[in-house]
Amino acid sequence: MAIRILVGVKRAIDYAVKVQVKSDKSGVVTDGVKHSMNPFDEIAVEEAIRLKEKKVAQEVIAVSCGPQQCQETLRTALALGADRAVHVEVTGKDYEMLQPLAISKIIAAIAKKENVDLILLGKLAIDDDSNQTGQMVAGLLSWPQAMFASEIEIKDKKAEVTREIDGGADTVRVNLPAVITADLRLNQPRFANLPSIQKAKKKPLTKMTPSDLNVDIKPRQEYLSYEEPPKRQGGGKPLANVEELVSKLRQAGVV
Amino acid sequence: MFVTRRVLSSICHSENRQFISLLYSSKMFSSTTSTVGSTLFTLSESHTMLRQTCRDFAERELMPIAGDLDKKHQYPKEQIKKLGELGLLCVEVDENIGGSGLDTLAYAIAMEEISRGCASTGTIMSVNNVGPIMKYGNKNQINEFAAPFLNGDRVGCFALSEPGNGSDAGAASTVVTDKNGTHYVMNGTKSWITNGYESEATIVFATTDKSLKHKGISAFLIKKPIQGLTLGKKEDKLGIRATSTCNLIFDDCEIPKESLLGKKGDGFKIAMVTLDAGRIGIASQALGIAQAALDCAIDYATKRQVFGKSLTNIQTIQMKLADMEMRLQSARLLTWKAAALKMNGENYSKWAAMAKLSASECATFNSHQCMQILGGMGYVSDMPAERFYRDSRITEIYEGTSEIQRLVIAGNLLKEHGV
Repeated sequence: MAIRILVGVKRAIDYAVKVQVKSDKSGVVTDGVKHSMNPFDEIAVEEAIRLKEKKVAQEVIAVSCGPQQCQETLRTALALGADRAVHVEVTGKDYEMLQPLAISKIIAAIAKKENVDLILLGKLAIDDDSNQTGQMVAGLLSWPQAMFASEIEIKDKKAEVTREIDGGADTVRVNLPAVITADLRLNQPRFANLPSIQKAKKKPLTKMTPSDLNVDIKPRQEYLSYEEPPKRQGGGKPLANVEELVSKLRQAGVV
Repeated sequence: MFVTRRVLSSICHSENRQFISLLYSSKMFSSTTSTVGSTLFTLSESHTMLRQTCRDFAERELMPIAGDLDKKHQYPKEQIKKLGELGLLCVEVDENIGGSGLDTLAYAIAMEEISRGCASTGTIMSVNNVGPIMKYGNKNQINEFAAPFLNGDRVGCFALSEPGNGSDAGAASTVVTDKNGTHYVMNGTKSWITNGYESEATIVFATTDKSLKHKGISAFLIKKPIQGLTLGKKEDKLGIRATSTCNLIFDDCEIPKESLLGKKGDGFKIAMVTLDAGRIGIASQALGIAQAALDCAIDYATKRQVFGKSLTNIQTIQMKLADMEMRLQSARLLTWKAAALKMNGENYSKWAAMAKLSASECATFNSHQCMQILGGMGYVSDMPAERFYRDSRITEIYEGTSEIQRLVIAGNLLKEHGV
């Protein structure tokens, strides 16, 4: 029985952009800045498509929360092979204050509505580095979770997941339905080829709002200020050789 | 599995109609509005996605190895296969045959982004995307010479130039004689053939009737390798060194009757039509090199500190960057307009010539200035500037020299004025 997968894709500031803090410290500059799909979400989408190609999955649904521009991210997911896309529209101040808990509630609601067997997310988004959404979705649904996946094998409604942890690797087996988040080495995402980009325009993209899902996205945290990290100070005078360097490091107590 | 052709072309056409009507609304200069310029060339969603895909591919797969490919004169076999899988070796080929079914603007965008990563790869891509087989071939020829050449497994080549004539294409001295209607025999040499070594087929232009001058030239589709065809030595080129360029030497080479592409005497016309379209491709390649050079120059100028500030704060450098950007943007507009006219089925020869001319001169200008901005660093192979300089030079020569482009432009211009 082929499973149905929900993949979350976030539109985040592109990894190559030099992020700038707004002068009023209320956030980072996003206007006119290049955005693209969160790289870990690309890996999640790629895994979902591979499961479809292996005939383990029969349908892949992509979901994204945010303003109109999220539809570009969703179209990319469709061009990579997703079958349908859902855009949960959140705009303006609501979007600025959108936090992982709200996203988790939205994804959980859609997972229940679409009756999926697996939720695949990126382990974290490269803009806020939260690493919370996957875990909270599992909590809200009371589903088992396997995070930081570097390998996924699905058979007979169970997923065997090799996870990357600080000490090395850890393999767990979870029953489906479950939540799995993708880590860097899970796979190498493909490029959308030209025919798929054309086909993506015909695939269905439905729009809805959080209230359609009866989800309250009120923020629970208030961001007080955003600041750049302190500028790095120079170490001191140039040194003659390695021995001097080592002794200076010892003096500073860092070695 | 593929979207039906009718639906696909209606998508393309409705987008194109929008694109082209925006183009033409700008022509009414007397009623110029503030919308001229900013909305004129807003790319559609699929063109934008295509551009991003090609850019990502070029940045990830081509840029890191381009210097190496150049140093080793190495054909990028793996990368060509990947390009094929993306559908970039058959951008405008019909979907029914397995092509990508996209338009000329898509081809121009793809060529630019790929060439920005690696100019040699751009050259190989452009040679494989030439369209005469689709336009003039019969069903068998399309099955044999087009269909298997779409996905990167194999590439073709285009043999027009000879040791005795480049610009003078009408003087083809390669001869084909008819042997009792059963087969043909080809004798002669073609030179400067890109993909000479790797290609598994070639389009060759040869004289079938010398008395008819250029109307006596015909085009032939030939599989390689074939008895009677030897390859000359690989040329040692200044740039685009990851491509193989060599002579094709035909010595009593017997080719089947079915090799004739189009009708006897059509050869010159086929060549000219192909070159017109090819010019858009090469213009785009030149844009890619020019853009890469500009990006490299800006990146370096931002970081390099002299006289207590970064180069970007120095006016002489700013002047150079401004000139580079202006030439690049105008060349791109000319290229995209040529593409739009071709898509609309209109006469685009003058525009294709202007596009190729301005883009190639921009590529050489930009790479020259890039090297100047980088100074000593631009002269060594640690930075890509010297490769851009060498790669750009060919764009002013092949697919019609800059001098020929000027003749085409003047000829068309005067015709428009009834001269």
